[in-house]
Amino acid sequence: MPTKLIPKELAKRPERLAPGHRLCAGCGASIIVRQILAAIDEPVVMSCATGCLEVATTIYPYTAWRMPWIHNAFENSASTMAGIEAAYRSMVRQGKIPEQNVKFLAFGGDGGTYDIGIQALSGAVERGHQFLYVCYDNGAYMNTGIQRSSATPFGAHTTTSPAGKVIPGKQQFRKDLTAIMAAHGIPYVAQAAPSQWRDLMQKTRKAVNCGGPAFMNVLSSCNRGWRHGTDETIEITQLAVDTCYWPLYEVENGEWRLTYKPKEKRPVEEWLKRQGRFRHLFRPENRHLIDELQAEVDRRWERLLRLCGEA
Amino acid sequence: MTELRGWREIPIGGMILEAGNSVEYKTGGWRAFRPVFGEAKCIHCMQCWLFCPDSSILVDPENEKMVGFDLEYCKGCGICASICPVNAKVIRKAGEELARDDPRLCIRMIEEGKFQE
Repeated sequence: MPTKLIPKELAKRPERLAPGHRLCAGCGASIIVRQILAAIDEPVVMSCATGCLEVATTIYPYTAWRMPWIHNAFENSASTMAGIEAAYRSMVRQGKIPEQNVKFLAFGGDGGTYDIGIQALSGAVERGHQFLYVCYDNGAYMNTGIQRSSATPFGAHTTTSPAGKVIPGKQQFRKDLTAIMAAHGIPYVAQAAPSQWRDLMQKTRKAVNCGGPAFMNVLSSCNRGWRHGTDETIEITQLAVDTCYWPLYEVENGEWRLTYKPKEKRPVEEWLKRQGRFRHLFRPENRHLIDELQAEVDRRWERLLRLCGEA
Repeated sequence: MTELRGWREIPIGGMILEAGNSVEYKTGGWRAFRPVFGEAKCIHCMQCWLFCPDSSILVDPENEKMVGFDLEYCKGCGICASICPVNAKVIRKAGEELARDDPRLCIRMIEEGKFQE
């Protein structure tokens, strides 16, 4: 019987991410990792793409991982894990190691997933390796100092899309990676957020038990890059969900399903105004950009409702 | 922090042989605000355990109770206080914004320099 998804029960089990790692105070990534690992009872092998999570948890001569863990390069978290998974199954077949129900996890940030690692990820899921790839999406290359990525929201200030007199922040809309992964036709794809922890844990369980490749895109607040207080991480993540900037849904064997529908869809402005990276949008000359972003959020939300059979 | 080791003492290949040895590195020194636990008010819902980025909520598994903070690692982000449902209830009842160190709260955030036992 799997451990019930009750915090009291989950808190009894040993932590697989040790404290003493050097992620910033209030980091969303370690919250996501802790929740995902807490949801999995089985032994886990994990790989990390280059990024905050990899760098901050394994500063030499320390490691925060109490489980087999590997880092290879920026782009190949998925193919590294694919190789490990294939080697494991081969060794079990040859009788070299006993068979256990091992779960294979690959982690990458949005830079290592949306941009640099998408080819390796696409290949690994197409080959059908049984592993779960988790993208913790904080919307920029935060580890190197907040450079734009294809996950950065429209209008956001980053050091490579600085808001100034000529250009008011990032000019493009975010790439919809979750939909790209769903288009691979793999057994399980989901979008989640740590503020809805039960939803995230349920999705994790479905993903690691789906019998094939699975992908989860999880919104991870970065208070340094998003520019908000360290204690607002969860609140602002939930606002992204409630404004439908970051809808929570899953695609199970091609069936789209909304897993959380906000009671009332709030204007995206409420999420924007809490973050310093969007401050310039509230100047009178830039207000039209908020309307543009709102229109795009609405368009994507309505498309999602249609796909989920809710419209 | 542990002492720096010379090259003769480092394992071949620079391998780290002990899983989870980051516990030797105490991140508590980063903290500017200290979480203070109001045990009498706690309902042991474990929400703080769920959302702590630094695995710094101490739990008594036998009695299923939250027992305090691991100040050796807590970086003082204050997420525990901001998501605490008891705090939310206290603030709702008060009908106004409360200071982060208000004694009515279950988890208070007190500036390190001003903290007194």
